Amino acid sequence: MKNFSEHKTLWQRNLWDRFMVALLTFSTIMVMLPLLIIIGYVVVNGISALNWDLFTQELGSPARAMQGKSTGLIHTMLGTAVVDLLAIIIAAPVGLGAGIMLSEYPDHKLNPILRVINDTLNGMPAILKGLLAFALIVKPMGTFSGLSGGFALAFVMIPIIARSTESALMSIPWSIREAGLAIGLPRWRVVLSTVMPAARTGLVTGFLIAFARAAGEAAPLMFTSFGNNYLPNHWTGMILGPVDTLPQRLYSLAISPYKEWHELGWAAGIVLLGFVVTLFIIARMLTREKNYD
Amino acid sequence: MKDKQKEGISKKPLGIIYRWLGDRIFFTLAFALGLTIIVLSVSMAWVLSDESSLAFKEFGIGGFLTGTTWNPGVGLKFGALPFILGTMVTSVAALAIAFLPAIAIGIFIAEYAPKWIGSIIDNLIHLIAAIPSVVVGIWGIFAFAPWMRESVYIPVFNWTANNWPSLLPVLGNPMGYGIATATIILALMIIPFTTVLTRDAISKVPREQREAAWALGATRWEVIRMAVLPYARGGILAGVMLSFGRAIGETMAVAMLIGNKNTLPFTIIGPAATMPSVIINEFREAVGSLHVSSLMGIGLVLFVISLTVNLIAAYITRKLSATGGQLV
Repeated sequence: MKNFSEHKTLWQRNLWDRFMVALLTFSTIMVMLPLLIIIGYVVVNGISALNWDLFTQELGSPARAMQGKSTGLIHTMLGTAVVDLLAIIIAAPVGLGAGIMLSEYPDHKLNPILRVINDTLNGMPAILKGLLAFALIVKPMGTFSGLSGGFALAFVMIPIIARSTESALMSIPWSIREAGLAIGLPRWRVVLSTVMPAARTGLVTGFLIAFARAAGEAAPLMFTSFGNNYLPNHWTGMILGPVDTLPQRLYSLAISPYKEWHELGWAAGIVLLGFVVTLFIIARMLTREKNYD
Repeated sequence: MKDKQKEGISKKPLGIIYRWLGDRIFFTLAFALGLTIIVLSVSMAWVLSDESSLAFKEFGIGGFLTGTTWNPGVGLKFGALPFILGTMVTSVAALAIAFLPAIAIGIFIAEYAPKWIGSIIDNLIHLIAAIPSVVVGIWGIFAFAPWMRESVYIPVFNWTANNWPSLLPVLGNPMGYGIATATIILALMIIPFTTVLTRDAISKVPREQREAAWALGATRWEVIRMAVLPYARGGILAGVMLSFGRAIGETMAVAMLIGNKNTLPFTIIGPAATMPSVIINEFREAVGSLHVSSLMGIGLVLFVISLTVNLIAAYITRKLSATGGQLV
């Protein structure tokens, strides 16, 4: 293999090169096609299932849909907003702090182990984060709740935010920090007033990516926020009682035996996909802007 | 003038507080928040082992891991083997399917494609990797599984029934929801992930490395094979390990498509179950404490397996990659 030139003529080597180009192009197309078909299928079916009731009505019992009465997922969308916001509120400080720890105190003894554990936590199946939130929040509270769902999603977000914060802050050169220290700023002011503003695009991108990733997770929510067919009577029910979220509702709709609910499932699918993809595209565009600077 | 001086003097102790105490507080906060992540991970292990202790006490560690009966209804016997095997079979098969195509796309984007095509595919792959698992699942449940049943499984089943009836028990029930369907979907779902990691590993290869090979008169493929891939192999391997971890933990799409049959033996296209899928399916409805504890036990097994996979990935990036660099 190593002495290829002794065994193969230039013509053979060029032929092999062409063959590999063709093979790689072919496999790229072959893999991209089914993936694009999935997106196309979900978009077409989802858009045809969209209607106004979806955004104004609550789901109710299966009978309601089977009798042809109008049903929707307004409680699901509100619930998703509440749970996701709770999650980012819980996760942002922890992720940010850990990211600062990793990037601003690079020689600290905690960091090598923190980095490995953070990556491991990131690679842990989301369902285990749901079990953790179940044991830590649901059991003591005695009820499924939006809060526990927020915690479960926060466990998904935290390692992502920590990693992205670290790399965003690391991308700011040390000379900026030294300049701050040289004019007599204390270290914490240097980080807060010079490094973090300079890295804000990267920080926001990290938050968005973590948010998009967590917003699509259903597994941690199945036994934390649990699901609910109705709007709660009082807004606190969104936080302290069982609450519906899009990914978990989509799963429940899809495995339900009712045809009407399958339609709603497609609608939930396109709303969820649209939400996640929008967040994601904003994040990508921010990254690109950063690269052009 | 005098006032100002006075003010400056009186501010001095404040300045010390502002500098020294501010730094202390800031560091302590960052340290505490970093520690939170470690505490979270440790408490995950602790919670899972604590909650599952009942099941392990009842059946013994070996008995739980190798038990083949999972019967929450009558008898209350819980053995995790069907799910461990189910997870392993689907993940390994999915990785085997996804491995080469994913690396091929990674190479194609990084080395061959014109810049604009490369960036389009790159963006698409990132986008596809961001699609929630349930959305893929709904496509699988309503479009892919019925299609597979009608145009693949039933013809294959009929052909086997006519020509090779003894193979039928191996082939399994052609209901559409089963190991084969779940594996294909799983492969499709981890391809973008592996591709992104492969691409990252390849783009970290320094230009000089390639230029040296070009200067020796290598063709483009030879540059990739001899200069780029050996350099990036650590990153690629670690990426493959991480994708494997993803496949093991992938829950929703698999739970929707695998058919959820809790007993051995498995068949090729027949239903089965994985560790995440059984937790998702039964945890909400589990009443008996032994049932809950057994599900937590499966969670613990899942935890240990993905911990191992992730640590191996971290190890590979540290030891094998030429840069010895960061985890992607």
